[in-house]
Formats: sequence, C-alpha cells, structure tokens
Amino acid sequence: MERRALRSGRFTWEHIRRNWGLYLLMLPAMAIFICFTYLPMYGVIIAFKDFKPARGIWGSAWAGLKYFERYFNSYMFTNTIVNTLVISLYTLAATFPLPILLALMCNQMYARRFKKFFQVSTYLPHFISTVVMCGMIIMFLSPSSGMIPKLLSLAGIQTGDLMGNAGAFSSIYVWTEVWQHVGWDSIMYIAALSAIDPQLYEAAEVDGANKWQKIGAIDIPMLVPTMVTLFILRCGSLLGVGFEKVYLLQNDLNIARSEIISTYLYKMGLKSNQYSYSAAIGLFNNVVNFVILILVNGISKKISDTSLF
Amino acid sequence: MSTAAAKHGNHIRKTSADRTFDIIIYTVAALMTLIALYPMYFIVIASISDPNLVARGDVLLWPKRFSLEGYQYLFSMGNLWRGYGNTVLYTLAGTLIMLAVNIPVAYSLSRKDLVGRGFFTFFFIFPMFFGGGLIPTFIILNNTFNMVDTFRVMVLPFSVISYYIVVARTFFQTSLPGELWDAAQIDGCGNLRYFFQVVLPLSKAILAVIALWAAVGHWNSYFNAMIYLRSPEKYPLQLVMRNILINNEMAASAMTGSAAADINRKANLIKYGAIVVSSLPIMTMYPFVQKYFNQGVMIGALKG
Repeated sequence: MERRALRSGRFTWEHIRRNWGLYLLMLPAMAIFICFTYLPMYGVIIAFKDFKPARGIWGSAWAGLKYFERYFNSYMFTNTIVNTLVISLYTLAATFPLPILLALMCNQMYARRFKKFFQVSTYLPHFISTVVMCGMIIMFLSPSSGMIPKLLSLAGIQTGDLMGNAGAFSSIYVWTEVWQHVGWDSIMYIAALSAIDPQLYEAAEVDGANKWQKIGAIDIPMLVPTMVTLFILRCGSLLGVGFEKVYLLQNDLNIARSEIISTYLYKMGLKSNQYSYSAAIGLFNNVVNFVILILVNGISKKISDTSLF
Repeated sequence: MSTAAAKHGNHIRKTSADRTFDIIIYTVAALMTLIALYPMYFIVIASISDPNLVARGDVLLWPKRFSLEGYQYLFSMGNLWRGYGNTVLYTLAGTLIMLAVNIPVAYSLSRKDLVGRGFFTFFFIFPMFFGGGLIPTFIILNNTFNMVDTFRVMVLPFSVISYYIVVARTFFQTSLPGELWDAAQIDGCGNLRYFFQVVLPLSKAILAVIALWAAVGHWNSYFNAMIYLRSPEKYPLQLVMRNILINNEMAASAMTGSAAADINRKANLIKYGAIVVSSLPIMTMYPFVQKYFNQGVMIGALKG
C-alpha cells in the first residue's frame, strides 16, 4: 500500500499528511541546526567582505579576495600550513596503524580475565579531559620535577626542557595522543574481528596454518573495509588537527612549531578582532579538508569499493 | 565464541612457534597495561604524599609520608567548587537536550517511508564534513542571538550531533522489526504515540550510549566555554582546571601570607589533587558502564 502511495503525487501528499508526526520529531533539531550551523555557513561570506559588526553580515562592504590574498602572502601561511601538516601526518602515521595492531593482539588473547583487564586499562585514558591531559604532559615533562626527564636521565639521556623545545613538539603531541586513544580506537577493529566465523580458523588449522599465517590470511583481510572507512574519515580532517590540545600545549618557546591553522585563526579572530581575515583562513581550511575528503573517497570507491557516500 | 576460544587454547596441539607467539603477546600486553595505568596511578599517589618528596622524584611506587594537605587546600578553593557545580548543571541540562533533539531525528530518518528522506539525511549529515567555522559561528551567536556569556550557550547551540544521529539511526534500522510499525498502525497507533510508547522503551541501550557520550563530552570540554563565556562565575570545571594546571593561576585566597617558595610547592600539591577530584566521576563510572560505550562504537561501525 505504501509503495503505491509513494508513486503518485496526490498519494505522496496524503502520505506526508498522515505521517506529520515524523516531521514534528525532526523539528527541534532542524531549528537548532538552521540557527546555529547553517546560518554560520551563510555567515562565511564575511570572508569576502570588510565585516563591521555595526553594519551586520549583509550590510558590510564587499572586499573580494583581499583577505585570502593577505593570508597566502603572509609569512604565517607557510608556517601554519607546514606545522599543521607535520602534526597531522605524523599523527595519522602513528595513530592509524597502532589500534589495528592492538586489536590483532587482543584477538589472540584467550585468558579472558586478563584480556578484559587489559582492555579496560587501555580504554581508560580516553576519558581524561584535554585540559587534564595537557596538565599531566606539562607536569611529567617538567625538567625540574617531571618523571619522564628523570627516567630518561637514568638511561643516560639528557633531555633538557622538552616543552620549551620546538623540535620536540610534534612528537610530544603525537605520542601522548597514542597513549590516550590507542585502546579506544581499537574497539571498532576488535568488534570486526569478533564477527569472524570461527570455522575459518578451524579450516586454516586443518590446512596447517600457524598463528601468524592465520592473522595474515584471515584477520587482516577481514579488517580492510573498517580500515578504509576510518582512513577516509581521517583524511577528511587532515588540516583539522585538534585545536584544543595544541592550544594548551603552546608556549613562547615552542610556538615556531606549534602554531597551526586553527590556533592562528583563533588568535587573529577572537583575540585581535580581525573577523574577516580569520573567517577567510577558516574557509580556506574547511574547503581544503572537504576537497581531500571527496578525493580520497572517490579514489577508494574506485580501488576498494568501500566509500562513505 | 567461547567454544572457539577453548579450541584454540587446548584442542589443537601447540607448536613451539605458537608458544613463543603467546609469550610475546602476553608480555607486550602486560607492558602496555602498565604504561596505560601508571601515569594515572602516579597522580593518585602523588596527591596524597608529601609534596617535597614528590618534587624530588622520591614518590614512584607508593605514597610516601601520607598527607591530605592538598585536598584540604582544594576544599577551600571556592572557584573550583563553583566550577564543579556549573559543570554538573551544564552536563545534566546539555545531556537531556542532546537526547531530546537527536534521538527523534534518528528515528524519523530510520523510517524508509519518510517522504524526503534523502534530503533530510543530507541536511543532518552534511555538517559533519563542512561548517561555517569558528568566526562566523561566533558572530551569529553573539550578534544575532546575543548568547555570549549565557547559560543557554553552553547547552543549546551545539546540541545536534550528526554522529549521534547516524549511530542511533543505524540502531533503529537494525533492531526494530518493520512489522512492529505495521501492527501498530492496524491498531490505530499514530507516529508520535508509537515513538514514545513503543520505540523508546525498546531502545534503552542506544539511549544509554548517547547519554553517556554526551555526558562525558560535556564534562570534559573547555573550548565552547573559553570562546563563549566571559564571567568567571559561569566557568565550568575544565576552565578552572586550565587556570590551575596550565596557566598556573593559584587561588590567591588559599595562599595569603605564604612565601614564594611555599606558594610554588602548594601550587604543585593542588594540581595532583585537582586532577583526581575533577576526573573521579568519569573514571569511577567507566568500568561499570563500559559495556554501553563499546556497544555504541560497534553500532556506529555498522554501515547504515
């Protein structure tokens, strides 16, 4: 009955009227999204204007590409892009494969209690807030009282002030990120592995496969779709390195390597009130992210048949 | 699954290569557990030890010269507790609003007979991949809605989360049999009554997942508060924590009359205790509700 209703215009209208409740259920969220998410997307036109708060978004005079040119020509352009890319590619290289390894490992453990304890322990750091995490990083790396310089000096490595060392910034960011999220990020892979039919393993054993061979021939191929989906998503936010953690770890000594697009944009926009300039940087950033996402998604559709949309 | 595990463990005779494999796996896992837990354990023992010994690096494995001095100072810090109260408020209100706006959308989108389903799905998913950005959002919230430095800015504007909608929609699609709605219709049950009296009671698992995610998100976030709040008496816990941990701003009230060296010592003392106090609710809750958290991630992993 419903299929027939959908076919002709009059019945479609009838069907909408009978199901008005479904639209009512969406109404609050739609109103919120229009006001606070879609309206700002329209507000992005201030990137092409000389925004004056008194004259409003529409009333401000057009400025063309002035603010984009200013960003592309400023010395902060290369600086922020390079820093952002270094941190994000380094993060991707470390935090993408490690959860897969962890999941493969977890899948090989048969001591149930130990496995459970192992999982809960590795998930736990995920729930530490960014502020507390950064506070811990600064305390643990402190050259006078931190435990990490102490441990390293026992091993004969003198580190000096790591938080003040611009060259160490990306490594500090990435490896603390691994510590905090590797367990949590492995959950999806563990779920995918637990869905594997045990008969596959039995068949492989009959054929005389050892554990390494079973991982290579069964586990990893089964994880590929999950890997591809997560990889596309990660690529879509390459220029979107988390503001929150970088901003808190920044200081005057490491700023040369820690000023990324989002922190620079925040300082320009809300600290020195250069709204249009900052909106232009933000728009540039979002467009690049979006294009990368579409590209990677398209490529993946071609080669692996897995895609987001 | 347990029978498969048993087979792996006993039934097949282990080769020596497989035994080496097991030894490697369990050693690495034990090491990783240690690395994951030790920093958190250290914070706890440092918070109840003599701060001078902590600063010298003498406290490593267990508390030394037990002292609750840090916690005593913490209890006298008005701004920390005000922040705590604010965060509880923001978390409760914010979580309720998130449930109230995201779950109904997810249900509507899960209905295959929704006319305009493609359009609405796009409408709710697109912001996952593109947005106006920080500055336009700030201008709209500040100039159009006058929301800066209000209670509602902390709970309302960012309450629609595309990811939650996707996860809940997948849940409804996979766990509610289509015949149920057909039967309800025959009994003359409308969409709204069906949603509230049939769908919601059957969906406690997904409600728990979204509520927990939303609550943890609110509890741990500082970004929106930093951008949109001005008056310190509205600050949530995480902003107060930022002042204590990162900006090293100590509550002068707790410190009056102390010598400079002493202030420094107490500043460090307070940090450990503050971390414990601010993280305790989530950390202690997690092991009991982890089932729900993990379930949610797995629902999200299904393609819908």
